[in-house]
Amino acid sequence: MILPFIVFCPIVAALAILCGAPARRTALWAAGFTLAATLLVYFEFDAGRRGFDFVVSYPISDAWRLNFTLGVDGLSLIMLLLTAIVTFAAIWFTGPIATHEHAFHACLLLIAGGALGAFASLDLFFFYAFHELALIPTFLLIGIWGTGNRHAAAWKITIYLATGSFILLLGLIMLYRSVPDGARSFDIRALQKAAALGMIPTDAQGTIFLVLLIGFGILVSLFPFHTWAPEAYASAPAPAAMLHAGVLKKFGLYGLLRVAIPLLPQGAQQWTTLLLVLLLGNIIYIGLVTIAQKRLDWMLGYSSVMHMGYIFLGIASGTLLGMNGAAVLIFAHGISIALLFGIAGEIRQRTGTLLLSDLGGLGKIMPRAGLAFGLAAFASIGLPGFANFAGEVMVLFGAFRNGAEPYRFHIFQIATVLALWGVVISAVYMLRAYRKVFMGAMPENWSGVTDLRRSLHVPIGLLVAVTLWFGFFPQSLVRIVSPTFKSYFTQKP
Amino acid sequence: MISSLPWYILLLPLAAAVAIVLLTRSWPRLSSSISVAAVLGSFVCSCFVFVQPDIRALELTWIDVRPLLYVPLGFVLDELSKTMLVLVSGIGALIHIYSLGYMREDDGNSRYFASLSFFMFSMLGIVLSNNFVMMFIFWELVGVSSYLLIGHWFERDTAAEAAKKAFLTNRIGDFGFMLGILMAWTATGTVVFSEMSHQLGRITSYPGYLTVSALLIFCGAVGKSAQFPLHVWLPDAMEGPTPISALIHAATMVAAGVYMLVRVGFLVEASPHALSIIAWIGTITAVMAALIATQQNDIKRILAYSTISQLGYMVMAVGLASGQAAMFHLFTHAFFKALLFLGAGSIIVMLHHEQNIWKMGGLAGRLGITFLTFMVGTLALIGFPPFSGFFSKDAILALAHEKNSAIFWLALFTAFLTAFYMLRLVVVVFFGRPRSDQARAGREAPWVMIGPLILLALPAFASGFNFFAKIFVQLPGETEAGWLIPGMALGATLTGVILAIVLYRGRETDPVNFAPFRNRFYFDEIYAFLIAATQGALSKISAFLDRWVLDAGFVRGTSTATWGVGSLLRLLQVGNLQAYSFLFGLGIVVLIYFTLFK
Repeated sequence: MILPFIVFCPIVAALAILCGAPARRTALWAAGFTLAATLLVYFEFDAGRRGFDFVVSYPISDAWRLNFTLGVDGLSLIMLLLTAIVTFAAIWFTGPIATHEHAFHACLLLIAGGALGAFASLDLFFFYAFHELALIPTFLLIGIWGTGNRHAAAWKITIYLATGSFILLLGLIMLYRSVPDGARSFDIRALQKAAALGMIPTDAQGTIFLVLLIGFGILVSLFPFHTWAPEAYASAPAPAAMLHAGVLKKFGLYGLLRVAIPLLPQGAQQWTTLLLVLLLGNIIYIGLVTIAQKRLDWMLGYSSVMHMGYIFLGIASGTLLGMNGAAVLIFAHGISIALLFGIAGEIRQRTGTLLLSDLGGLGKIMPRAGLAFGLAAFASIGLPGFANFAGEVMVLFGAFRNGAEPYRFHIFQIATVLALWGVVISAVYMLRAYRKVFMGAMPENWSGVTDLRRSLHVPIGLLVAVTLWFGFFPQSLVRIVSPTFKSYFTQKP
Repeated sequence: MISSLPWYILLLPLAAAVAIVLLTRSWPRLSSSISVAAVLGSFVCSCFVFVQPDIRALELTWIDVRPLLYVPLGFVLDELSKTMLVLVSGIGALIHIYSLGYMREDDGNSRYFASLSFFMFSMLGIVLSNNFVMMFIFWELVGVSSYLLIGHWFERDTAAEAAKKAFLTNRIGDFGFMLGILMAWTATGTVVFSEMSHQLGRITSYPGYLTVSALLIFCGAVGKSAQFPLHVWLPDAMEGPTPISALIHAATMVAAGVYMLVRVGFLVEASPHALSIIAWIGTITAVMAALIATQQNDIKRILAYSTISQLGYMVMAVGLASGQAAMFHLFTHAFFKALLFLGAGSIIVMLHHEQNIWKMGGLAGRLGITFLTFMVGTLALIGFPPFSGFFSKDAILALAHEKNSAIFWLALFTAFLTAFYMLRLVVVVFFGRPRSDQARAGREAPWVMIGPLILLALPAFASGFNFFAKIFVQLPGETEAGWLIPGMALGATLTGVILAIVLYRGRETDPVNFAPFRNRFYFDEIYAFLIAATQGALSKISAFLDRWVLDAGFVRGTSTATWGVGSLLRLLQVGNLQAYSFLFGLGIVVLIYFTLFK
């Protein structure tokens, strides 16, 4: 019963807030309870067992073979953990809201509830529906509480993600219908069995995989479907950017790892080359675009687009190592980007601008912000000691290994070399931004700026501690997700 | 014997860094004491480990996705790493103590000592690593602590830029390093050094592959040890506090590249092509940096170029397949170069941060102990018998004489240059008349700073003697040449000494002005141009494309053209919750319709 609690705790709290419960306090308690319950699942979870744990199922309609089923395996568990942690931090980061404070907090909680529901659902219908539930408050947060050109940004992200969702929906329907009539089901476990028995014909797999790749890809800002991301994150209020870039965006990656790769392995192989080209677009092309950015928020938005490329590389690698790396990186990136957006939001509140040329020397008057941003910045560029590095190592090793033979460089080796160069690129833009914002001489007009309030030590400490812990002991994540991916390789006929 | 001592060596400084950041940031005195206590603890533990003949440590798992990849957190404890442990923690301890004096009036005292402890942790980690990935981890951590310490005075633009440059240049080297690791791992299936050396047979049948992977791994050393063409960051790194220049950018961190090459000697030495390229890179670096050093005016930059040049000697020795000679020179160089930097630091701080040697002069009388110890360092560096550098440089020269005569002559020429630029420095700084008010008012530094100078002067003098050095390093065997090589080396040194004294005695300004040396062969300018022409241009073009083609043209153009999307836009601008709910509901209905009724 703990999974329904985790999923519905934020949703019920959101409704309570809309009905008039004190906004911030309710939201924080709900996020805290969710986090505690997720941690309980994390510690109770038995990595040795196969399949899903903590399963609960309620029949919705027998005739439609529709059940509301929740359950976790290693992969969904780390997604839940990520969501719970980032939600807690994002709500804590939320300062006073001038207008509609209740609705603001309710939106945040709904995003969290939707994401948690999507990651815990074992039923494709609810998998999809929960994600939609989380998207709508995202649009609202940008459109109503955003800054800058918020209407255009909200409009663009809505068009984009609605289109992505729709294509995804098409793909899921095609997937459902590709299974012979008797074996049709929304249940992911049943579909996995069907796939293992070879019930999904190879020629159909190619088409379905492509549709799913585009659908999920748009949601994750896969090149060239990425242009919504930086603009939306720049306009979004910081907690919304934290939740979307940190958690909700990862739905697409989770979907690929959960649905597309295990159910359509032959389809995945057909499109490997395309995926490699696109993800190099993310890493190299977007990396270069990121260097040219003049505003901190845009730069962070682009950097998060760029780093998706590494996760795609892990997924594309088709090796156990690479997929483990992708999962670790999903988690690690979510934590680090949330912290970056959180601090950037605090800076914007104080200075009113995130133009890099206007900022400078803030490290002197905001040492706490400088330390926190520095840690997150170094985490995001893959400095060892942070979980991001562990993920990147596994992704790069996994991808390089694919089809390697001495004297020959195949496409995977070439892609890995270029991706490795991306690590240099990301250091270039991140250190440049850090140098511009926190180092150097301080302009006179910022002398009255105050440092982060002390209460923010809690969310910052939480995020930093988590990424450091899993950076020094990545095995504690790998141990959990590895069985999920191993089952993908053993179920092949 | 399994012991937890090696873990204490590693973790004590980390604990100190964490404690300072979390707890004692507002109490600088307490912070610095914690940091000093931690490094002394590491040093004592290192000494214990050094004398234990057979000691092993507990191994942890970092990543285990066997059979594909297994990365332990495990230690290698052989003579090589034990010597480095003592060396790093010993010099580190002296420099911590020296910093107590040097940094006592600094605002960022706690931050400084936290970074210093963090550096000790990372550096000791490199020394102890028993596999490539773990070494890479600490390798990058050392890079970041170097970044923090170069940028210690981050509000200065020059320091901020220098820190960034150091990190990025090292990242370029690390790009090659990681790629080399990937290739070696792909071929051998392991990243653990000892297992890899057993599996090496799998690559030796592909000499091209082996050469490429060895050279890529060497790239890491090129970055970290500031070899041509990635040497440009080290002189700028002198923007950091001087004790940092002594510890990180002279004695220990920059030597990590050489240590790494010796550690993976089994791999490098299996490829003759890689070896000869490494030897030539070392030679080019040694000569080039020495030439530049002859025309610099900043006391720390002269020493920085001298460091680059001496690192070139060590890399040359690695390339000539003698890890012993490289380690011997690394060992002696660590003492005398740390000594020289600390001496320079004592001058700089007593002259109120004046670094231009032409603003000094006549300091021999005023800063007596600094002068004497600085002279010991200088004589060791230029290889004057019987100071330590004489023996270790002689070993490399003899090696070069035996293996490659072109390299030998260049190395000998470098020895001449070394004597020349060091004596130029000494004559201008310590003799003649004081050329500024600060120089006239200079006084001797306090005892916390003088003490380490004296303690370092002893090994800087004596560490080359056979009886002393052989406790720590395996000495390279005697060669046939007998007294010929030392004689030639001494000749070159004396020529340099005499030339410098003749040219610079009693001068008020530099009588020589040779622009290419003075302007560091224009490396910085060339690199700035290349970066602007490639990365700068590409990123601007990409950003333009992204904004005006992908986004504006493609996306917005198509979307606004559609009526349906246009009406969606209107719905959204209203910010209407009902509209969103409607859209959401529509999706669900479509789903149900398609799946169930069609």
